[in-house]
Amino acid sequence: MFATENAYYPDYSTKPIQHSFSPYADNGGSVVAIAGDDFVVVGADTRLSAGFSIYTREQNKLFPLSNTTVLGCSGCWCDTLTLTRILKSRMQMYHQEHNKVMSTTACAQMLSTMLYYKRFFPYYISNILVGLDNEGKGCIYSYDPIGHCEKTTYRAGGSAGALLQPLLDNQIGQKNLTKVSAESITQEKALAILKDVFISAAERDIYTGDNVMINIITKDGIKEDNFELRKD
Amino acid sequence: MFDPMANAPPLWSNGPTPGSFYNFPGPQTKPNDHFTHSQSPVTTATSIVALAYDKGIMIAGDLLASYGSLARYRNCPRIMEVNDNILLGAGGDYADFQYVKSFIEQKIIDEECLDDGIKLKPKSLYCWLTRVMYQRRNKFDPLWNNLVIGGIQDGTPFLGTVDKLGTAYTDRAICTGYGAHIALPMIRDAIEKKAQPLTQAEARALIEKSLEVLFYRDARSYPKYQLGIIDQDEGVKIEGPLSVSQNWNIATIIKSV
Amino acid sequence: MSSIGTGYDLSASQFSPDGRVFQVEYAMKAVENSGTVIGLKGTDGIVLAAEKLILSKLHEPSTNRRIFNIDRHIGMAFSGLIADARQIVEIARKEAANYRSQYGTNIPLKYLNDRVSMYMHAYTLYSAVRPYGCSVILASYDENEPQMYLIDPSGVSYGFHGCATGKAKQSAKTEIEKLKLGNMTCKDIVKEAAKIIYIVHDELKDKNFELELSWVCKDSNGLHVKVPESVYADAERAAKQAMEADSESDTEDM
Repeated sequence: MFATENAYYPDYSTKPIQHSFSPYADNGGSVVAIAGDDFVVVGADTRLSAGFSIYTREQNKLFPLSNTTVLGCSGCWCDTLTLTRILKSRMQMYHQEHNKVMSTTACAQMLSTMLYYKRFFPYYISNILVGLDNEGKGCIYSYDPIGHCEKTTYRAGGSAGALLQPLLDNQIGQKNLTKVSAESITQEKALAILKDVFISAAERDIYTGDNVMINIITKDGIKEDNFELRKD
Repeated sequence: MFDPMANAPPLWSNGPTPGSFYNFPGPQTKPNDHFTHSQSPVTTATSIVALAYDKGIMIAGDLLASYGSLARYRNCPRIMEVNDNILLGAGGDYADFQYVKSFIEQKIIDEECLDDGIKLKPKSLYCWLTRVMYQRRNKFDPLWNNLVIGGIQDGTPFLGTVDKLGTAYTDRAICTGYGAHIALPMIRDAIEKKAQPLTQAEARALIEKSLEVLFYRDARSYPKYQLGIIDQDEGVKIEGPLSVSQNWNIATIIKSV
Repeated sequence: MSSIGTGYDLSASQFSPDGRVFQVEYAMKAVENSGTVIGLKGTDGIVLAAEKLILSKLHEPSTNRRIFNIDRHIGMAFSGLIADARQIVEIARKEAANYRSQYGTNIPLKYLNDRVSMYMHAYTLYSAVRPYGCSVILASYDENEPQMYLIDPSGVSYGFHGCATGKAKQSAKTEIEKLKLGNMTCKDIVKEAAKIIYIVHDELKDKNFELELSWVCKDSNGLHVKVPESVYADAERAAKQAMEADSESDTEDM
């Protein structure tokens, strides 16, 4: 006989079906950013997924907000869509009201207040905002979903964030090394490390893969780059 | 004798009970006055299979609306011709789809009334539906659907999807429900194997095969379906009801261990 | 004029001693200042025609239309203040949309007419508002039956076989009465409608005008649309020829 309750045959359950609605989804994705003296590089994988399904392999998660500012987002994709659309219009409004483009630092502060505004129904996004500061130095701001903001020189966020941050601590922050170089990081080295860490992330994290979109920001503007990751 | 105490209120009425707050007169609002919204779909439709080919878009969905495991309604079309440039397919709650359908139809009528020659474009509808779905999610009262929007914009085929949260993306092939697990890998494989975009005939064959496999494995699927096509040269049409080709010969060979 | 109201014309919520509501009558005056609009009912549908007066040569053609779509099967033409009329168009569209969402079918014109005329009438009852300065003609062809109503600023409405409002409504009505509307189809009526607008147009007072023609009939599959370009061109040509023939006969008489 069938047991009255059997977890394996939900259709034969006699209990009322409980199907609670969650307004959030984890759509995965990783963002890594590395800043140098006169540049900043940021990369995001292009896989959009939910659970074991890959929605699309070609989803750009880097959003240029100005010629010197780019936002990388991962987490709940519907929140990302909404947040970036509002940000885009806020950038435009600022431009029209002040007759100048918003600086990366101002943008960083604005993002923080926008996130905190939704403190009790947060945007479930791991945001990494990169750009050049007023002196032209590369800078990175990373956020938690409710607007806590920290300025750093390198950061990994998203589904492989916890995996990659210690790696960056070692490779860029030169943590736990006996021989520490005093020279600041070059663009070539930053790019090479960025690509390497994404390859590593794709090996261990099922939510990271397919492709990496890279934005290289210098005083001359934003240059795009792209390279392939494993697609399984 | 007249008793002055007979109609008097009890002593200390309305006064604070020792150790508690004063009870204010007038209506009391209870702290748990709240709405409960629909938290699950009721009558549901299963997968949508859609893909872009060289000159257009194809969207297919079967005609079944299930009530739990019961195959309740067997003639429920869920591919919608929005205008002569947009097709919309929907899975999930059928009542919610009918609601979405009715307000899109009214939107089209409003647009026709203006008579200014401006026509809704696929990307605009896609973006707008993203906002509609997201706002309903914010109200904790979602429209329980997966919507697939197809059309041709600026000479190139467009295919996008929105779910009940407002999660939206575009791709060359989009499948929802079980289709995402069963049909999509097959379709992606076929697209990757061919370097060029598919032709209409190839796309049709791929969709027919997908629906056949889905019918074998998805218990909520049905062998009668509709196929919507938007083609650069042929315009928009919805074919059907069409039949899934079936071959159950193999079933007699299978022996359970 | 200023002595006519003698104090009873300041509010729509007050009658004069002889039982008139002056604000409503003044609204009718606003209607009479604007171009003529006519509606003609044939056996297979309805034709709406408007004389759109062009106040400035700098205006772009085909803007500030006098004929609107309310729903797929309903058209509305107006004379009077365009801004007022647009508000009526908005509420009529909302009524039509609301009816469809409730009942899933086209709104019957009889019902829409009731709703819109009630709405316009409500604006004749209160001191804080002024009546609408426009008359509207509602026309539909639903279930093979043409219907047409004219609503005045007072909120009064009647069904019509042929109606006219605006500047030259009297002469337009006279012209309409000459027609045998009961056995004409829309194809013929379009030409007559164009002729009437051309005939009643006062060249001395208003120089330029644009003819607007729409129909809702069997030929348009029950949809309210602008008449096709070829039909429009034929009708306009016929109207102009009739005018020329008319003026020639006038000179002959002299």
